[in-house]
Amino acid sequence: MFGHLPLWPENASTNAGNVDALYIFLLLVSGIMTALIFAVLTAFAIRFRKRRGQRAVQIEGSTHLEITWSIIPFCVMLVFFVWGAVIFFRERTPPQDATEVYTVAKQWMWKFEHKGGQREINELHVPVGRDVKMIMTSQDVIHSFFVPAFRLKQDVVPGRYTTLWFRATKAGTYHLFCSQYCGTQHSGMIGWITVMEPRDYEAWMSGGASNQPLAVTGEKLFTELGCVTCHRSDTQGRGPNLAGVFGKPVLLEDGRTVTADENYVRESILEPGAKIVQSFKPVMPTFQGQVSDEQLNALVDYVKSLAGPQSGRPANANGMAVATPQP
Amino acid sequence: MHTSRAVVGEPAHKNPALLHHFVTEEQQKNAASLGMWVFLAQEVMFFGGMFCAYLVYRYKYFADFGSASQQLDIRLGAINTVVLICSSLTVVLAVRAAQLGKRMALVFWLLATIFLGLVFLGIKADEYAEKFEKHHVPGASFSYHELLPGQEKLPAAERQYANPRHAEMYFSLYFAMTGMHALHMVIGVGLFGFLAYMAWRGKYTPDYYTPLENGGLYWHFVDIVWIYLFPLLYLIDRHR
Amino acid sequence: MATAVVTDSGERENYLNAGHGPKSWLLTVDHKRIALLFLISITFFFFIGGFFALLIRLELLTPAGDLVQSDTYNKLFTMHGQVMVFFFLIPAVPAVLGNFLIPIMIGAKDLAFPRINLLSWYLFIIGGLLMIYTILNGGVDTGWTFYTPFSSEWSKTNVISAIVGIFFAGFSSILTGLNFIVTIHRMRAPGMTWNRLPLFVWAHYATSIIQVLGTPVIAITLVLVALERLLHLGVFNPSLGGDPLLFQHLFWFYSHPAVYIMILPGMGIVSEIVCCFSRKRIFGYKAMAMALLGIAVVGFLVWAHHMFVAGISVYAALIFSLLSYLVAVPSAIKVFNWTATIYKGSVTYQTPMLYAFGFVGLFTIGGLTGLFLASLGVDVHVHDTYFIIAHFHYIMVGGMVMAYLGGMHFWWPKISGRMYPEGWGKLAALIVFIGFNLTFFPQFILGYMGMPRRYHSYPPEFQILNVLSTAGATILAVGYLLPMVYFMWSMRYGKPAPPNPWNAAGLEWQTHSPPPTFNFDEEPVVTWEAYNYDEMGEIPEKEEVPVAH
Repeated sequence: MFGHLPLWPENASTNAGNVDALYIFLLLVSGIMTALIFAVLTAFAIRFRKRRGQRAVQIEGSTHLEITWSIIPFCVMLVFFVWGAVIFFRERTPPQDATEVYTVAKQWMWKFEHKGGQREINELHVPVGRDVKMIMTSQDVIHSFFVPAFRLKQDVVPGRYTTLWFRATKAGTYHLFCSQYCGTQHSGMIGWITVMEPRDYEAWMSGGASNQPLAVTGEKLFTELGCVTCHRSDTQGRGPNLAGVFGKPVLLEDGRTVTADENYVRESILEPGAKIVQSFKPVMPTFQGQVSDEQLNALVDYVKSLAGPQSGRPANANGMAVATPQP
Repeated sequence: MHTSRAVVGEPAHKNPALLHHFVTEEQQKNAASLGMWVFLAQEVMFFGGMFCAYLVYRYKYFADFGSASQQLDIRLGAINTVVLICSSLTVVLAVRAAQLGKRMALVFWLLATIFLGLVFLGIKADEYAEKFEKHHVPGASFSYHELLPGQEKLPAAERQYANPRHAEMYFSLYFAMTGMHALHMVIGVGLFGFLAYMAWRGKYTPDYYTPLENGGLYWHFVDIVWIYLFPLLYLIDRHR
Repeated sequence: MATAVVTDSGERENYLNAGHGPKSWLLTVDHKRIALLFLISITFFFFIGGFFALLIRLELLTPAGDLVQSDTYNKLFTMHGQVMVFFFLIPAVPAVLGNFLIPIMIGAKDLAFPRINLLSWYLFIIGGLLMIYTILNGGVDTGWTFYTPFSSEWSKTNVISAIVGIFFAGFSSILTGLNFIVTIHRMRAPGMTWNRLPLFVWAHYATSIIQVLGTPVIAITLVLVALERLLHLGVFNPSLGGDPLLFQHLFWFYSHPAVYIMILPGMGIVSEIVCCFSRKRIFGYKAMAMALLGIAVVGFLVWAHHMFVAGISVYAALIFSLLSYLVAVPSAIKVFNWTATIYKGSVTYQTPMLYAFGFVGLFTIGGLTGLFLASLGVDVHVHDTYFIIAHFHYIMVGGMVMAYLGGMHFWWPKISGRMYPEGWGKLAALIVFIGFNLTFFPQFILGYMGMPRRYHSYPPEFQILNVLSTAGATILAVGYLLPMVYFMWSMRYGKPAPPNPWNAAGLEWQTHSPPPTFNFDEEPVVTWEAYNYDEMGEIPEKEEVPVAH
């Protein structure tokens, strides 16, 4: 229990130190304010306690004081706001070539799949010093991916992808908690993030049964499900050619432009009528109910792999562009 | 400090309708009016939640909502709109009759309002029944196979159909919103039945017709909700 | 004081002895009797919610989930939250103290709509019965926040009966707010202008606006969830094309302002107490009144700070973070003004004042931790952990419940005609303060360390702080039981109270203790400003309590 400071978790990511710094600053300011108010209250309570022959002095108020002690606290709060906003902005902007890990949460376990096809349940191996981006969805209810050592969490929502990125700084094993109540075994939906030195990580990745990379699984599905019939790579088929599409803007037939991110690809498979690419007919059937979340991940990763080298993929403030304004 | 009896506004005689805790009839009337307005404000927020959900999904499932909307009978909806507007007129005429002390006219206009309200509910019931028959009621037996708006102009092989799940969302909101509205209409009809009875008993005079005014306010509000429901539910995408 | 009415038995007529028997209570339209009906009801629910809390804390003594099963634990924290929020915190001050005092404070005979007031109580009872049915029929396990799709599709418990119960409680709350708004606008006695209103009345006015405009939104939202469960509609269910975030927006649109429904009346109480026990008018009356209204209005604009990690866009998060800091400003103003009120006062430390001090201190801490949460970078880490639990309990329990107890002690002589035993009062206040801090301060640390909320079992390194917290909870329970006991004791054996035992300003102290049914022997005409302590004497010493009449 005393392996680490009993006041906060281990500091295991590039983000954690920043959050702790802001937290300590907040603690200091709050502590000073609290001490001040307690001290003044105590002092007044003693100094102005009822004494024989001394009456209270009626004071109406002071507009100057009201303004002063409105503006100054608000300015201090603006510091909290800006500092917190900067940290948040960085947290929500994954770097360009982060290693991606697909996550499917379900009652009551975490299923991870690396790009190389390695699967893990409730335990995630990542290397030190590399940017990792989690692309997450839920099979059933809302869960939340929480790693205290990284000071990060993100709700995992059914029906869409949400993302979270981090760069681990210290090898070790850290708690993973589900932090959005999800039913009976909510407090049992826990696991470990195992951060390894790069060499150990490579050894781990290549060990075990040989895995089929996620994109290859996706390619196989792409053929099995018949996607390849319309989305041809040679001549123009009934559907758009998907080579180089991922991460780029797409012009829709109603005039809107959206970015082809993970959510866009997922939606195109499950609800093809939602966004029709310009000059194409709305003839794609839906695959709702025919593909599992894991298969969707594989297909998304395959489409991603068709984009060629990972440059040029916009990494913006949401980790993925929001195609339409979200509520 | 001391207390003394107020002399402002003491009525020369006490109207039997004046309740014990009010000092003057005017105070009682103002309180009742303000109370009804505050109540209507919270009704706006109540319906507002559903309107908010409708707007979100209308934006998300734009074309499918258009398709589902076209399944409603626009003539029945229009008739109902006229019916409700007329019923608001009869309400106003009732209040006028009370102001003029015309008891039989008052009762007549109140009954006319009730009649029009029942006509509205009857037409609504007919619409609901038709939705039942066509399996457009959300739930286990929902089924939807209709074109998106404007698709009938295309050759048969290219026509695009609406997404049934999204159409079901439309009908969920349709039944929730019109159902809640109809519930308020039923309450209104009951309320007006009570007012008609009291009017027939001679309770309302040119000096005291506050319940009629406030009941009228409620009825007008329910009418206005429909004025918003009608275009949002019946009239979207009709131009295509 | 003019001559009072005398009953047949020769004692002075007051609202307690005017009419006997169950019918005279269950069909009363007297706002004071309705207040007592509410008092009994909400106290009942407070102890039910408190019982669930005790079970939760007992379970959390050990890291393993070994006291109750997981499903049971999930029901315990759900029902603790629902009962405490909807059946205690929201109605407690308005429906008890507000109902009792507002007409008297403004010089009226009753609220504007006495029968609607009674209806409000019956709606609360119906809602309460449905809640009890829910509890006895196996409970509900959705969390008090009812997030979809768990609540609308996956939970196998009594979600619908819980929702209907809360719906009725909400309707009760709306009617109370409606009644207060109209009463304050239309029923003020001659000379009682807006600028002479006690801050207690201003606080309830601001609260009522929130009740009337906010509660309908959660009403319709929960109705939609219930319909979704019953009829498999898809409004919030992604597997049917719905959006679970839409639920969260609609839910929090009410539930954030709801926390201001809970705290604003408490702030009103504190203003009354601080002024009386410093013998001073409030510092900055206008600013205090504006702050109440400001909190009410801005409180409607910050709801999505509960959703920073839910999947909303970064830009939305930034806006709501900034607005959340804005709403902190009027709260801070109030703390400074209360402190300034004590300056150059003549302070005594009767029980109500102890609770008021406790409120100011603990509300300060709770409010400051709100600044932590409004900061996006920190919130991402502590959201859905024990930090949040500590934050809101500091405000709700350290703030609201202490204000409520302070108010109950302050106005107990007026309500019951008896004095409570002052020594026991002080002791209970101290026990509550100690027990409260021991219970909830460790939870801030637990939260930053990463212990998620709603956890039945937890990693062993969190145990020591949990043990401290549970120890505090048992102390707190004792602190709450004591007033129950001695208030009831005082109804029989307490010293009879004079009309104004505290020599306090305010119209309620100008009438008898307990008041007559129509509040005043003659309608008051107000010619003085609020908190006219320059004209009042000192607080009577213990020995000088005048004879009651």
